[in-house]
Amino acid sequence: MAECHPVGFQWVMEAKARGATVVHVDPRYTRTSALADVYVPLRPGTDIAFLGGLINHVLNEGKEFREYVVAYTNAATIVADDFRDTEDLDGIFSGFDPERRSYDPSSWQYEGTVAMPAAGHREWWNGAGSETASSGRRPPARDETLTHPRCVFQLLRRHYSRYTPELVERICGVPRQQFLQVAQLLIDNSGPERTSAFAYAMGWTQHTVGVQSIRAASVLQLLLGNVGRPGGGILALRGHASIQGSTDIPTLYDLLPGYLPMRRAHDHQGLDDFVAGASSRTGQWGHMRAYLVSLLKAWWGESATPENEFCFDYLPRVTGDHGTYQTVQGQLDGSVKGYFLAGENPAVGSANGKMQRLGMSNLDWLVVRDLAMIESATWWLDGPEIETGELRTEDIGTEVFFLPAAAHTEKDGSFTNTQRLLQWHHQAVDPPDDARSDLWFYYHLGRIIREKLAGSDDEVDRPVLDLVWDYPTVGDLDEPSAEAVLSEINGWDASGRPLSSFTQLADDGSTACGCWIYCGCYADGVNQTARRKPGAEQSWVAPEWGWAWPANRRLLYNRASADPAGRPWSQRKAYLWWDEDRRAWTGHDVPDCTTTKPPGYQPTEGASGVDALSGTDPFIMQADGKGWLFAPAGLTDGPFPTHYEPQESPVDNLLHTQQRNPVRRVFSRRHNRYHPSGGASGAEVFPYVVSTYRLTEHHTAGGMSRGLPYLSELQPEMFCEVSPELAAERGLEHLGWATIISARTAIEARVVVTSRMASLDVAGRRLHQVGLPYHWGHNGLTTGDSANDILSFVLDPNILIQESKVATCDIRPGRRPRGAALVELVESYQRRAGIGPETGVSNERG
Amino acid sequence: MKEPRLVPEVEPTSYYGRPVIKAPVWKWAVPAYMFAGGMAGASSVLATGARLAANPALARRARWTASVAIAAGAALLVEDLGRPERFRNMLRVAKPTSPMSMGSWLLTVYGPAAALAAAGDLLGLPRALTRLADWLAAAAGPVVATYTAVLVSDTAVPAWYGARRELPFVFAGAAATAAGGAALVTTTPMHVRPARAFALLGAATELGASQLARRRLGEVGEVYRQGRAGALDRLATLLTGVGGVVTWLWGRRRIGAAVGGASLVAGSLAKRFAVLEAGIQSANDPKYTIGPQRRTVEPGRTGAVADAPPR
Amino acid sequence: MSAADPALGAGYEDPPTRVGFFTDTSVCIGCKACEVACKEWNGVPAGDLDLLGTSYDNTGGLGADTWRHVAFIEQRRPPGTEAGSGELRWLMSSDVCKHCTRAACLDVCPTGALFRTEFGTVVVQEDVCNGCGYCIPACPYGVIDQRRDDGRAWKCTLCYDRLRDHTEPACAMACPTDSIQFGPLDELRQRAGRRLEHLHDLGVEDARLYGHDEADGVGGAGAFFLLLDRPEVYGLPPDPVVGTGELPRMWAAAGAAALTLVASAVAAFAGGRR
Repeated sequence: MAECHPVGFQWVMEAKARGATVVHVDPRYTRTSALADVYVPLRPGTDIAFLGGLINHVLNEGKEFREYVVAYTNAATIVADDFRDTEDLDGIFSGFDPERRSYDPSSWQYEGTVAMPAAGHREWWNGAGSETASSGRRPPARDETLTHPRCVFQLLRRHYSRYTPELVERICGVPRQQFLQVAQLLIDNSGPERTSAFAYAMGWTQHTVGVQSIRAASVLQLLLGNVGRPGGGILALRGHASIQGSTDIPTLYDLLPGYLPMRRAHDHQGLDDFVAGASSRTGQWGHMRAYLVSLLKAWWGESATPENEFCFDYLPRVTGDHGTYQTVQGQLDGSVKGYFLAGENPAVGSANGKMQRLGMSNLDWLVVRDLAMIESATWWLDGPEIETGELRTEDIGTEVFFLPAAAHTEKDGSFTNTQRLLQWHHQAVDPPDDARSDLWFYYHLGRIIREKLAGSDDEVDRPVLDLVWDYPTVGDLDEPSAEAVLSEINGWDASGRPLSSFTQLADDGSTACGCWIYCGCYADGVNQTARRKPGAEQSWVAPEWGWAWPANRRLLYNRASADPAGRPWSQRKAYLWWDEDRRAWTGHDVPDCTTTKPPGYQPTEGASGVDALSGTDPFIMQADGKGWLFAPAGLTDGPFPTHYEPQESPVDNLLHTQQRNPVRRVFSRRHNRYHPSGGASGAEVFPYVVSTYRLTEHHTAGGMSRGLPYLSELQPEMFCEVSPELAAERGLEHLGWATIISARTAIEARVVVTSRMASLDVAGRRLHQVGLPYHWGHNGLTTGDSANDILSFVLDPNILIQESKVATCDIRPGRRPRGAALVELVESYQRRAGIGPETGVSNERG
Repeated sequence: MKEPRLVPEVEPTSYYGRPVIKAPVWKWAVPAYMFAGGMAGASSVLATGARLAANPALARRARWTASVAIAAGAALLVEDLGRPERFRNMLRVAKPTSPMSMGSWLLTVYGPAAALAAAGDLLGLPRALTRLADWLAAAAGPVVATYTAVLVSDTAVPAWYGARRELPFVFAGAAATAAGGAALVTTTPMHVRPARAFALLGAATELGASQLARRRLGEVGEVYRQGRAGALDRLATLLTGVGGVVTWLWGRRRIGAAVGGASLVAGSLAKRFAVLEAGIQSANDPKYTIGPQRRTVEPGRTGAVADAPPR
Repeated sequence: MSAADPALGAGYEDPPTRVGFFTDTSVCIGCKACEVACKEWNGVPAGDLDLLGTSYDNTGGLGADTWRHVAFIEQRRPPGTEAGSGELRWLMSSDVCKHCTRAACLDVCPTGALFRTEFGTVVVQEDVCNGCGYCIPACPYGVIDQRRDDGRAWKCTLCYDRLRDHTEPACAMACPTDSIQFGPLDELRQRAGRRLEHLHDLGVEDARLYGHDEADGVGGAGAFFLLLDRPEVYGLPPDPVVGTGELPRMWAAAGAAALTLVASAVAAFAGGRR
């Protein structure tokens, strides 16, 4: 966090100054480790084993926050008897289809009911689930003594029973004593009087089990009662400024603003069927129709009428997985013809740079909008494949457009940070030369397209022509007003008055709102996100700094900060409580529940939406209002997080014969071969674990930093970090050169030998790591090979994120070969390791 | 410097072996000036002495040596400035805390005085004025010869600051050596006898003071024996020694005087280069800064040992 | 106001409170924002692109083009000696000009280019400096240096322009963890004392203040530090001394040497008469 989020780390330092203990678990000793009280190195890709060990330890010691767990989680819920755990089936859950490499999650359900997922993969339930979900079944069966053999609590206990400190030591390389120290710290710092928080970043997510890592932390935090309470929670540290914002108002192909699911091409439902299939009857999502209709009204305005289902049919539909890596394969296969890159440099920043560049070389056109002339705009001239002869400039047909973009200081707008806090930034200077803001670009692009289509009577043009596209522009550059966009996102009622809360949203077309969770950010016509009242001048929760979604709540699910009877768990951790005199929730924050719903409230038969949740259900986004220790729906790879080895691992899975996540997405193709793992023959050719990461001094793929002299001088060259042991084993010299080789390609880097790079004892062997910052490419002031070039396409099945935090490799002293000899080197490694199209594709060991 | 040095295992540790202080950026012109200033200052003394001793031949030549040397020295000073065009800023203020400022003002008195003393007669200036200039040059000369020692001593450079008591004597001696040597070269044996004695006394002072300085410096003194500084210092000692012996034995003959004198002059020059180089060397190696300072603070030696960067 | 306020000594009649930096290295996260903010604000040229291999430090040290410098020290504590033995430790510390109470650079500057500001800080006037280079070896901390292609000496100004605008220096403002604290020196010294006490209470025995003592060789630094190891580990001199303190004795020695020179001459001529 200090390494990649130094500005946010100030709060960790402040907590430390106030007595907090900071524990850092990371394969790499970073600037965070330097400031932490306890540093725990672990093998990359074993986080679930570590977290599972903690879960097991908490349960074994009986240290769960029992009252919280019983009341606020689904621990007591009984699961249907056809569910089978990985402990029963040697590493897979019930419902696995080996042919399609996917799960049918129907056996994971609660007994007697169907729980709809609040997020994630909701499409499985489209159709299948719509009927049951909206059919008003009884609440699921519960056993509040938590002793029923099929209650979630007992299933959880059983699932993690083998995650002992000994096993954690063998899998993760974390000495038992250190593991127990962390466990004790967590336990001591949780409960009514205290809370612990987790912060994670790409070290947890960029894995074939990325989503499950976060799930594991959620399970642990729920058991310890650390969710919905001040000082608790799980903080996702984002990879860029406003990544939170770009999922709220998404750049993701499968979401609409406010986490409404995108329509799928296979469904021919109307608006109501879609809502019924994608939402749940109970909980906050019970109001999805109002959110969706208001969104449609914001987009299509007057054209959106009840008669045409508010232009629901105008929404585009997705036809399958369209994540980055599928798109690149679409380019290679010829199905994707054009590509927009806005502030992204996949030639450097995405896994398997060669595939990225070859994909772009197969396009008809490519638009690159960036601050600097990045590698993704120049690969056709001097990219690595030009050097090796795999591409020849004169053969490339891609028409590349480079459009300079304005930086955040050169435009108005908002950032949404990981705490869901929207903070407005004002333009400081005009963008230089031809540089323009993204808003300018897309607004005028849309304007011009609409002008060109004007008068068209082709039905297919209606969605574009009917769009409300009337943002006011200002200045010489005709810059659209960002505040006008924010105002539209906030929404207004039929008379055009700004809305102040999503509770005002209606499903009859009388309200318009561009993103329901942002409703209220422009309440009273005032840009609430621009508020900057100093902390010293307001309460410690600081509600008047910026604006947090939803409804300016600073802490989600904060109903959980009070006990079931509505009293604070402790005075020390008092945050929200029920005021019996006023018959209302009160406290330091905006209540994340119905303000007047008493703790003793029980829903009436047939109630829907949040009214269907009881007064003790804090997790209002879930249909059952509970925190899910067990996820009966929404995940593609199982209801409980399970340790699987990474796609490429030097060791066998010690828990199951199931080596890897069985439903991970693999794409074995010519330039994307995988290594053998563990005890399989050929695995010894790639004996080291490699991880990629960032340095404070540079920004992601370097487009924003490698061109700046003040930043470039601070980390002036691509390097790899190795332990003294590995350096001795391979004859690597400090500040000399090394070549790092995978089945994809080989790159070179200067060698930095440092004790910060831990060599670990794992599964009875000494394991060495190679650390690679991924900032470099061949443009800019400081240049070097790209670490991502050696990685493969292999994805988490839930969110299609690549596994770039762990792979295997070989390393040897000296610079890499040039030209065709580089390709020959990689091919020779492939031959030595016996790598073919089937290698690493199966799920079993090997 | 790309190759990192290993942090020494033994105390005192330092930051990757990097210098603690910055070495002087002065180039060749500065030691050359110190030599020239010293030769000039001492020559003025010699000149006045010769005048009083009714040895006008020696006096005249010593005056000319002084004025030419000081003119060259001033030019060298300007040459070494990072911004030579701003040399006049030297006289922008008079700062008692700055030996360089004091030296600059000193030179503004001494330089014209030395020049007037030498050229006054030629230019037909009043005798009294020339005489006054001669006295003035003789009075300022010894300070011109020695203030440069204060100048270098008033720094954080271990080999200089640590030798602050002896360096003025080294410089005074070297100045006399150079002035005497120059007279031996320029003046006929008949008139040069006092200069010979002057030079020999100077050489003795210089060598003796150098010994004392090295002893006082302790471990820092080793920089005067090592590397370029060591070579230069040995050269200076050799030249001064040989010059002294030659002058002692054959100084009464023209050729002997010339060879001996030239050797003494060269020895004096080499000495200033040796001093500069020793200063640079002592600044560049952090142990000379840390070691002596560490001994003045508490001698506790616990705590962490810096991980040596592996090579 | 401290009795040792150097602005008073420099002739300011009613100077503002002396200000400075307290750099608490125990909370430095090595982000180098101070280095960048300093360069951005002061227009300091970028340095060379050299991978130094000295941990994450690639700028090496303070100099003409580096007015804030973050040191990185990787240590493994000697085993078996104390708590945390054998543990890896990564020290980070942002170094800066000390703005000494008795500043050697200022003392020796012959042109008056270096001057004492009303805030008690030491600043080079770039339009006056003639590049004599005297301040460079004079500084006992190795802070000030000559910019090679420029000839003049450069160093931290403690953002003199910002101080005059009642704004804190760029480095302190950029520091995310308040490792660099700016303020009235007396206040900072008190704060540092409390912080040291707190760390000692927590068992951080290695913590010590550096440069806070008015009795030290430079009369106390205007920019002082809380360090977690001996100063030399960070590249700082253990006992810096301003050379000017010895100046009277140096002049006395020079006077004696000058008299020796005269005496030699007298002896030479006297001997000549014999």
